[in-house]
Amino acid sequence: MSSLALAVRDSSTMLRRNLLHARRYPSLTLNLLLTPIILLLLFVYIFGNTMSAGIGGGGRSAYIAYLVPGLLLMTIGSTTIGTAVSVSNDMTEGIIARFRTMAIHRGSVLIGHVIGSVLQSIASVVLVGAVAVAIGFRSKDAGVLEWVAAFGLLVLFALALTWIAVGMGLISPNAEAASNNALPMILLPLLSSAFVPVDSMPGWFRPIAEYQPFTPAIETLRGLLLGTDIGNNGWLAVAWCLGLTVLGYFWSTSKFNSDPK
Amino acid sequence: MTDLAIAANGLRKSYGDKVVLDGVDLTVPEGTIFSLLGPNGAGKTTAVKILSTLVSPDPGTGDIHIGGHDLATAPQAVRAAIGVTGQFSAVDGLITGEENMLLMADLHHLSKREGRRVAAELLERFDLVEAAKKPASTYSGGMKRRLDIAMTLVGSPRIIFLDEPTTGLDPRSRHNMWQIIRQLVTGGVTVFLTTQYLDEADELADRIAVLNNGKIAAQGTAEELKRLIPGGHVRLRFTDPAAYQSAALTLREATRDDEALALQLPSDGSQRELRSILDWLDSTHIEADELTVHTPDLDDVFFALTGGTDKPKETVR
Repeated sequence: MSSLALAVRDSSTMLRRNLLHARRYPSLTLNLLLTPIILLLLFVYIFGNTMSAGIGGGGRSAYIAYLVPGLLLMTIGSTTIGTAVSVSNDMTEGIIARFRTMAIHRGSVLIGHVIGSVLQSIASVVLVGAVAVAIGFRSKDAGVLEWVAAFGLLVLFALALTWIAVGMGLISPNAEAASNNALPMILLPLLSSAFVPVDSMPGWFRPIAEYQPFTPAIETLRGLLLGTDIGNNGWLAVAWCLGLTVLGYFWSTSKFNSDPK
Repeated sequence: MTDLAIAANGLRKSYGDKVVLDGVDLTVPEGTIFSLLGPNGAGKTTAVKILSTLVSPDPGTGDIHIGGHDLATAPQAVRAAIGVTGQFSAVDGLITGEENMLLMADLHHLSKREGRRVAAELLERFDLVEAAKKPASTYSGGMKRRLDIAMTLVGSPRIIFLDEPTTGLDPRSRHNMWQIIRQLVTGGVTVFLTTQYLDEADELADRIAVLNNGKIAAQGTAEELKRLIPGGHVRLRFTDPAAYQSAALTLREATRDDEALALQLPSDGSQRELRSILDWLDSTHIEADELTVHTPDLDDVFFALTGGTDKPKETVR
């Protein structure tokens, strides 16, 4: 078997294993879904009228439109906390030692985790999106191309965060540490343009909000779904995603390939 | 060289300042059971980890060949030849026993049909059919260990590493495991077994190496090792301190154990020697409350070789 065929075959076996885990024990994924959904409902129904003043009025329905793109990306961040936890859990299991002593494609263990986690992220985004639509979110004149681009962005963003989360899981000695290490995944969106525009933030804080992966991705998604100005956010978002993917990939594989303690 | 399943020269490994393996040579002929015996922390697990490609040996280690493949240059070929059952159970607790087996079949690239056949056959052989549909995390220690070995066998490895396969098992599961290990070699498989139990090595192994402080203290068959140390003894135990004292004064050549009120006389355990000791005791009017005959076993070898000065009173396990 060629090494590519081996990689594909073993990775899909590992993917099946991870999806089986997710299906058998959905509580972790579902718990992580609660955060974005609760935030969505809280910010729309409790703070919605006040928050809308910050984006130039328009009331609750205007704020739903503003909020949803950020929350969809936050959903991905939240799901990847689960990735870090399950990778860390997995590494403490003897089965990983067994995999390492088998003549299988070395990267397949991690690739299986990554693809499984990206699929979970997309499923979670669809669920949160469905809640958003149910409470009144509508895209403004997004055509097929915009939808495809939006979907592509979500997948790319999920891929980037997932590889980073895998690395975080690998350096964490246990599930608690993994969940702590992955906290930025859900804290960063709070410090982005997800809830309020960056230019409404104090001057000293703006660079922090602006120069982080979530803000350009949120602005791009907003532009695609709601027709707002994307500017150079599109390229920035793609660059962030590719950069994080490459960084996460090399970080994770070097951690995984080094001798276990 | 061709009939050696495992040939390792000068195995070295340190973790920080701690030298775990300090130049260990190991050779295991094909189709035999080799036992690496040693106390906790002797370096047994590290040896298995290196030989099974899990961790890399330190520079300065000589050539290592497993199943004829060079560990350093062809690790994937080594992996294809071996099966490993580690000290901590290498099963996926979140999925069922059957799913664990099918996972192994997939990773060995068996066809769906072949995978199912092999899985079903091994589940049957290891008495796991009833539990096959239950998550492996709910299995007892013995069942997990059986599943673990069954998973190892899916790829029909020619060389199997078993790292303390019976540690923590109850006596019945332990004997079952012994049975399983014996069956493995009848098919020509080579078994590399680590254990801290002397009776286990005595029971199973064709050859035994005693590992102590990162070095091989001795190796050979169980019989050869037993011959390394002086023979057995007869042990006389007293309940009355006064009787013990007077006996100790009479039997000057006996080794004293004041705490246990016991005396040890060297003896090979033969009927003739035993009778002469008994006659002598009668003639000197010594009456011990308990008399036990202790034939030399691997325990004696083990404690002699690993420098245990405080020899336990009786056989430990």
